[in-house]
This record gives sequence, C-alpha cells and structure tokens, in this order.
Amino acid sequence: MNFNSIDSLQSALRERNYIAEHGLATSLYLTLKLNRPLFLEGEAGVGKTEVAKVLASLLDTDLIRLQCYEGLDVHHAVYEWNYTRQMMHIRLSEASGEGTNESELFGPEFLLRRPLLQAIEQSKEKPPVLLIDELDRSDEEFEAFLLEILSDFQITIPEVGTITTPNPPLVVITSNRTREVHDALKRRCLYYWIDYPSFEKELEIVQARLPHAPEKLARQVTGFIQKLREMDLYKLPGVAETLDWITALVALDQQALDPIIVDETLGAVLKYQDDVEKIRGEQTRLILDRVKAGVD
Amino acid sequence: MSGQLIYNILLFGRVLRRLGLDVNPGRMMDLVSALDHIEIGNKPDFFYAARTLLVHEREDLQLFDEAFDLFWRKPAQSWDVQWQGLTRPRRPAKPIVLPPPLKDDAPTADNLGSPSQEALTVVEVTRTYSDREILRHKDFAQMSAEESDAVKELMSHLRWKISERRTRRRHPGKGEMLDLRRTLRRSLRASGEVFSWAYREPKRKPRPLVIVADISGSMERYTRLLLHFIYGMKSALTQPVEAFVFSTRLTRITRPLQIRDLDRALKNVGELVHDWAGGTRIGESLKFFNFEWGRRVLGRGAVVLIISDGWDRGDIELLSREMARLKRSCHRLIWLNPLLGAAEYEPLTRGIQAALPYIDYFLPVHNLASLEDLADRLADLDRR
Repeated sequence: MNFNSIDSLQSALRERNYIAEHGLATSLYLTLKLNRPLFLEGEAGVGKTEVAKVLASLLDTDLIRLQCYEGLDVHHAVYEWNYTRQMMHIRLSEASGEGTNESELFGPEFLLRRPLLQAIEQSKEKPPVLLIDELDRSDEEFEAFLLEILSDFQITIPEVGTITTPNPPLVVITSNRTREVHDALKRRCLYYWIDYPSFEKELEIVQARLPHAPEKLARQVTGFIQKLREMDLYKLPGVAETLDWITALVALDQQALDPIIVDETLGAVLKYQDDVEKIRGEQTRLILDRVKAGVD
Repeated sequence: MSGQLIYNILLFGRVLRRLGLDVNPGRMMDLVSALDHIEIGNKPDFFYAARTLLVHEREDLQLFDEAFDLFWRKPAQSWDVQWQGLTRPRRPAKPIVLPPPLKDDAPTADNLGSPSQEALTVVEVTRTYSDREILRHKDFAQMSAEESDAVKELMSHLRWKISERRTRRRHPGKGEMLDLRRTLRRSLRASGEVFSWAYREPKRKPRPLVIVADISGSMERYTRLLLHFIYGMKSALTQPVEAFVFSTRLTRITRPLQIRDLDRALKNVGELVHDWAGGTRIGESLKFFNFEWGRRVLGRGAVVLIISDGWDRGDIELLSREMARLKRSCHRLIWLNPLLGAAEYEPLTRGIQAALPYIDYFLPVHNLASLEDLADRLADLDRR
C-alpha cells in the first residue's frame, strides 16, 4: 500500500482500530519513506508492540518478532545448526557405507533460521516488518550486534556465505526503559515516545477495540484510569490495563462502576500490592465521585 | 527546495547541539530528504518530522519543543533574550558561537574547584611513606587545600573492582550445558565419532554500580572530595555506573561525569545541580529515585552506594519505606557515612535509625584508608 500523506496513513491505521497521534503517524510515515528503523519508547502497556502488528497488516506483509532477553545470542537471534539432524545424518551415511563430507552437513537443510535471518531472507521477496521487542531486556553484546545488522542488513554464515538483501525489512524496536539503550543505536533510528493517551483518545481506543462495551462503563473506566495516572503510584496503568479491566467488567455484566466492584477487580489494573492498598477503599470512593461528577 | 530553508534547518541543528542535544548529522540529512515527503507548509508535520529524526531521548523532548517554537517563529528583536530562558545542557555543550551563552549564574564553580587553580598545583606523588600514612588517615574535612589535592591524586590511583554476577549469556567452559556446536565440530575430526563433550558455562560480568550522594549543607566539607571519588570510580569501572546527588531533590549526574576531563566534568555537574548545600530530604529523594530511576538503573544485580551523614529533616516513615523498596530492588545496599570515622560516633540520628535495618554494610567514608577498605569490600561482595 502506498501512502502519500501523513493523514492518509493515520486514517488507514484508524481503519485497523489503531488510534495513532499525529506525531506517531508522522514517525511511521517517515519510517516508510526513508526506510529507517523506528525506535519506540514508552511505559508498559501503551501499545508499542501493537504498532508493529498494525504496520504489518497495513502493508499486507509478515510480522517477524524477536523477543529480547538477557543472554540472547546469535544462535537464537540469527541462526543455529540443527545438530541432532546433523548427527543423525552422520550415523545414517555411516550405516549405508558412504562417508560424510563436511559441506553437505552444513547445507541449507540443516540450518535453523531464527528471526533476524528469516527477516533478511524474506526481504528478498517481500520485506516483512521486523519487530525487535523489549530491546532493553537484552545485553550490551546483543545491542552491539544489532547495530551491525541494522547498518548493512547482511549476515555471514561461515559455512554458507553472506546473505544480504537489496530491500531491507521494516524494523520496529521497542523499549520499556528498564535499562538505558546505547545512544549509538538510538541515533540510527527514528525516535518516538508513546505517552499515555488523553481521555478522549483513550475512550476512542476503547470504543475501537471493545465496541460492545456499554458506553457508560467505558467512559467511567477510562475516567477512573486517567485519575489513577495522576496519582503517586509505583506502576501506572497503561491502555492495556484499561482494556483488560473493561473486558473483565463486561464479563461480570457490569453496566457501570461502583465502589465494591472497583475494589474487587482492582487487581486487573494495579500490579503492585502497595498500590492496591493505597487505592482500595477510601481512595476508590473519592476517585469514583470525581469521575462521576466530571464524566457523567 | 530553497537554499534559505536548508540553511535554516542546519542552523536549527546547531542550535539544538548548542543546547546540549545529541543531534546526529546523519539524521539532519534525513530531515532534509524528509522534506520531499511532507508538506513544508504544514507546520505540525514539519515539527513532528524534525522531532522524530533529531531527538532520541525522552528527556530532550521538552527542550526540543521549546527550541522549535522559538526558532521557527517569526524573528523578533529580542531573540537573544528569549534564548536565555532555555537551559539544561545535558551533554557538554559544544563551543558554537550561536546562540549566546546560557546562564552564567550557575552555582559553585569554586565549590568544585575551578580549573585555573588546580592546573597550577603540581601534585607531588612521591611523598615519603610516613607522609602518605598520615594523609591516608586524615579526615577529609580537616584537610588543607594542598592536602586535599594530594589526596585527589592518590584517589585516582585506587583500584576499583566490583564482584561479578553470573549472566544468562553462556560461553565455552566447564559448565553443565552441552555445547553441541563445538561437540559436533570436534567429532568431525574423528569422522563423526564423539570422543569428548564440549560444555558451556555462564559468562560472568561485574555488577553495575549506582551511587546516590548527599550534597546537603551538613555534608559540605566532604562534597568536593566525594565528587572526585565518584568521578574516579566512574572512570575506572567498565560496567555501567550511575551517579545521583541530592539535598532537597535528586539530580542525575551520570552524563556530565562521562566527560574525560575531570575539571570540566565537575563544572558541568555544578551547573546541573541547583541545590548545593541545601537542606536534606533523604526520604523524598530516595522516593524520587525509586519512582523515576529504580526500574531503569537497578536491573542486573546492581550494587547501591548511598553516601550521607543521615541528618534528615524530612519524613522518617517515608525514608524507612523507600529504603525497604530500594533494598528489595538491588543486590547489596551499602551506606557510607563520613561521621562513622569518629570513634565516638553512634548512629542515633533518626534518619540513620530508620535506614539501618535495610543496609547490608554501614561503612565510614572520611579518609583515604576508608576508601581503600571500601574497594576491598566491593571486590568481595558475595561472601558475607
């Protein structure tokens, strides 16, 4: 699909139930036009991963996801040889009396393709969206390696040769900032910080994602969450929590919020015991009163 | 595209750099090519395009927004004056003529030792043994300017090393994990017969260090030397070292300390921090640390050093709660107290009383010998 303006991209995203701010739409638009990786930061649950998914659906291409963790290495990010198959092959050719030569052992049929290699190989046909999720969880070694990949989209496997592609995949990197990602990597990318949405925008997201939720409930929950985000909590609820909470309340057949149901389901929203204790009871009532005064 | 526009864009880039933003020339080029794709007349589009290309740090977004607003409005006469309002060079600002220098009323260049004085002092490293012994045990607070210069020199020779942790990355070794890759490689030499197994073991890495130092009024006599000590540690260690200072509020000083030149680094710290020798609010400062920075700097088994005399004028219950949280999120919590050097000192202040239950090691930090002890302790943290 070809987009000739930021607005057209923004409305295409909206058609796919992704409500993007103008700033995010601009970043995405330039990512497509300039073919640079996009680096998304923001608190947990503001829809960073979702961006890559909707982008893949928009471009009608595959989404290849690499989930990062500490110790992630080339064998899990790029490729690995299938050793059990190789050993089996050695035994079988021994049994049949033929010797094994090394080059057949390290052929393509013994190669396990991990996400980065997959992304580069597929790019020859049709560039996929490559999502490198939660990069902050990986370690410096992997970051350095990634920097190399992002600069030339080229992978060398000693036994096979160099694999490269004329049209690189569209790269989306996300980070929750549990660690500072190195500047060199960020400099290479377009950067966008996804903030918590405003009340209107969050309500729009809720209505796009959960069209069957009662209007009143949706407004009250969104208002409640917005108020929670102004409070002194260790972990503020993201949009994901808003959606989870409404889903839970709909399952319980709630049409609106009341103090009892809030206290009973607060666990869907607040993920630290300190925070739950702080809000439960007195605070719940206060916030609810303010929400009802302002929203209804 | 008009040459004037490109000129202005390049100028804007220089202005941002002057403000301390880390603007990459490559992204400047990208911004120029982005103009082919966006409507230049549409200011929001241009704004967001410039923002996504030129900024890559959340902390810089606001500064960028203000700078953009000022730069791309119709030029007013009082341009210079308006720029004075923008501050906070996070990185060492590069010497560029434009715009006029930022604030020059920033506190404390002399507090931290101005470069001109220090450059003139020639430090004698070759002191006699007994001189050095006396110096090693002399309280920082009672040192003359000359002695403190000598100590700074000695301090820079301290060897810092922090005990290691097992990472989840593995490398060839004697561990319990089979290394099939190497096993197979070896076996090929014997036409596929496996004679010996290869193993992998967890790689070890030094733990990250986080230093939170009190720079309030009661610590003033130690502040200068302690900043040298922090700088020394940061440059000596290869792992991430994060540094914060507080009196009434917390300021992160990691970035300015990264500069190679010590005097400039300390001068930048001086400009960044606004509450030198103020009151002490340890509880509030730690809370701010826990909220804003804890999740970002305490991962991977970090060791935390708090440097403070524990004179707290804030909320004690808060201090105790935040210490508990801090303790839960790091590997070892070490409290360094300069007063602990005095023989008659007893940790009776309310602040220290509240903090003590959560501290792994409570150590003095009043002279060179105590720093040497600290170095030994840090290298050997996992044995208790």
